Amino acid sequence: MRSVWALAATAALSLLAFSTTTFAGEPKQGGILRMYHRDSPGNASILEGATYSLNVPFMGVFNNLVIYDQHIAQNSPDTLRPELAESWSWSSDNKKLTFKLRQGVKWHDGKAFTSADVKCTFDLLMGKSQQKLRQNPRKAWYNEVDDVAPNGDFEISFNLKRPQPSLLAMLASGYTPIYPCHVSPADMRTHPIGTGPYKFVEFKANESIKLTRNPDYWKKGLPYLDGIEYTIIPNRSTAILAFVAGKFDMTFPTHITIPLLKDIKSQAPNATCVVEPTNVSTNIIVNSTSAPFDNIDIRRAMSLALDRKAFVDILFEGQADIGGTMLPPPQGIWGMPKDKLETIPGYGPNVNANREEAKKLMQKAGYGPDKHLAVKISTRNLAEYRDPAVILIDQLKSIYIDGELDVVETANWFPKVARKDYMLGLNLTGNSVDDPDQSFYENYSCGSERNYTNYCNKEIEKLFDVQSQEIDTNKRKQLVWDIDKKLQEDVARPIIFHARAGTCWQPYVKGITIMSNSSYNGFRYEDVWLDK
Amino acid sequence: MFAYLVRRLFLMLVTLFGISIVIFFLLRIVPGNIVDILFAAAGYVDPADKANLEKELGIDQPLILQYWHWISGFLRGDFGYSYVSEKPALQEILPRIPITARLAGLALLFSASIGIPLGVISAVKQGTRLDYALRVVSLSGLSLPSFWLGLLILTAAVAMFGQIPIFNPNPATWLEAFATYAVPAAAVGFRSAALTMRITRSSMLEVLRQDYIRTARAKGASDAAVNYHHALKNAILPVITVIGIEAAFLIGGLIVTETVFNIPGVARFLVEAIRWRDYPIVQNLVMLIAVVVVSANFIVDMLYAVFDPRIRYTD
Repeated sequence: MRSVWALAATAALSLLAFSTTTFAGEPKQGGILRMYHRDSPGNASILEGATYSLNVPFMGVFNNLVIYDQHIAQNSPDTLRPELAESWSWSSDNKKLTFKLRQGVKWHDGKAFTSADVKCTFDLLMGKSQQKLRQNPRKAWYNEVDDVAPNGDFEISFNLKRPQPSLLAMLASGYTPIYPCHVSPADMRTHPIGTGPYKFVEFKANESIKLTRNPDYWKKGLPYLDGIEYTIIPNRSTAILAFVAGKFDMTFPTHITIPLLKDIKSQAPNATCVVEPTNVSTNIIVNSTSAPFDNIDIRRAMSLALDRKAFVDILFEGQADIGGTMLPPPQGIWGMPKDKLETIPGYGPNVNANREEAKKLMQKAGYGPDKHLAVKISTRNLAEYRDPAVILIDQLKSIYIDGELDVVETANWFPKVARKDYMLGLNLTGNSVDDPDQSFYENYSCGSERNYTNYCNKEIEKLFDVQSQEIDTNKRKQLVWDIDKKLQEDVARPIIFHARAGTCWQPYVKGITIMSNSSYNGFRYEDVWLDK
Repeated sequence: MFAYLVRRLFLMLVTLFGISIVIFFLLRIVPGNIVDILFAAAGYVDPADKANLEKELGIDQPLILQYWHWISGFLRGDFGYSYVSEKPALQEILPRIPITARLAGLALLFSASIGIPLGVISAVKQGTRLDYALRVVSLSGLSLPSFWLGLLILTAAVAMFGQIPIFNPNPATWLEAFATYAVPAAAVGFRSAALTMRITRSSMLEVLRQDYIRTARAKGASDAAVNYHHALKNAILPVITVIGIEAAFLIGGLIVTETVFNIPGVARFLVEAIRWRDYPIVQNLVMLIAVVVVSANFIVDMLYAVFDPRIRYTD
């Protein structure tokens, strides 16, 4: 009899354990996700912004035509998913991209979504509409788009001047939400209306941003959360202490530096923390239009003097990546493989040999132990700029360059760079999509507004176009690697390292994936849920 | 007394006019404007878009015209629109004032209620262990930067209680609401209390050596009567002056405290507005603070006259 009871008890416990396991994996409806925000974004209009401080809180208000799968860390052409578009197709000449649009989608104010909204959005972005964006930082993304033409209410075509497979990558970015035609750009800055899983409630500058669940979301049953609340805490120490104390469910994404991550893990051992590349490169901008850096030998010497590993070890305790313009693999799709990278002067492992070569180039240019080159190294007055600039000054000493730090307030940084009022500058370049078109055209093409160094090489420019039109991904990769190698050899904008940063959340937060090759695309949060 | 009041009032208006000029032109001397910052944040500069935006915000107009628009609006109560949030500046400023006022009031209360009695005790017990201990405490208060003290309090609270006493916009209980303000007020008021204590002590020591104090003691007055009635009443004038000045300095201390305790008050808001070169917010807010500070000093001047009749008769 005793054994029967024992068997029954065991069976009951097993059943209980099984059912618990089953339910623990089931998403639960309800709850408010509480997150701190690192900064008060200027406004709420993603199309006008150029910082992920805007994308993180407001991406959930919108939908794109297509989006990167929110649960695959690496954004790639294979992870594109339909969103407001149900499907897409290319014409046989790859110059026309047609989207079939989803029907029955409503804006948060109840109006119906149609192809007219898509046209309005892209006309705004291309500067073709009557209404204007106050700022339009990504206008150049659509340079190859001739026009956007609706075919009825639920189909729309992008007619291109030439094939550009990367267009889909840019349409999938968190920076490319679809805006409603019936709301002005000014209103979108203060009270955004979208079709996304969360409705905008309020944005109190320097205080908080609140979103609430969209009960009419076109994906039935989503979102799981009742809302998301962002408390703006610019002081990093306070923010992290508040997370440790359990006041927040999650840190601001990729906001935790590697040394701070250790503090969090020691104080909140149950927290889940991940470290991923941010696709933000730290690089040197060189004013090659005036002496002494108009001399290619001095530019090459400077590039050869870099001990990239030392930067990574000092600033990231070894957890950052060395690469060219494109984010290195495995997280980066288009970055050069290590063996190719190490063939570039300055990237080889023997730093002393590189510096000996650099010294020879400096001596050829007339500098040596008795005659040092005095240089001002300008950078923005932010820790992530200043700290590597200090290391750079130290490293350049080894090749007879005496650097002096010139710290510039943020408001004056880009005007100063645009005026070419610098010799050397330490700069950060963020890439919102891991795609060569975005990076090459924006930062290295002749005349681009963000080509701060005015690097202009017509031969390379032709190669930009060749890779941009290449449909075969493998062939395109080879082209991209060759271009990237040439850019580094030309010392166009020497890349020092690609940063990594951490994100932490409490163990009961489920469904978070931090993107590994972009900091701008993973914040829809429609299927994030709280297991409590 | 009436002439004294009118003279002080006139001085107050002249001071405010001077401050308005200084605020306006100092802001324009600082390099960069909102448009520069917006484009800096976007990482590019488009000269045409920049010019359009400057025109839209009116910052392309001559400075005199800009000053006139602002100051006439301020006098009419029209504070304009924030360049950043595009909401009326007054709507942005007003909800933050009570938060900072509560914090500043509590900090001043903390400063006076701790600083004055301890200063008196320290003076009366001059040279004793208690005096030395209190002097060490007051020196610590002057030496500890309030941001450091604030962070120390937060770290200790998290480590010891697993709670963080940062700002809570929706406190559940009265006690929670009080704690939201009391902890940061204590952090910022500690320095002020230390200063008040030192001034009270030295002022009291000077007064306690006066002949009339000896006379009072000789007449058999109790220690409490001598210390608090005869001595403190005469020693309080410099203390009032310091508290008045501290009220103004408190704004500076609050910037840091509001940042560390994440309190959405005017002080932190002001720093953010300066960072964005949000002229309508900065100008109007600084002007409002100036009005408060100048008024506080005006009240202090009036209190002088109340506490020391010689002032109203001779000044």
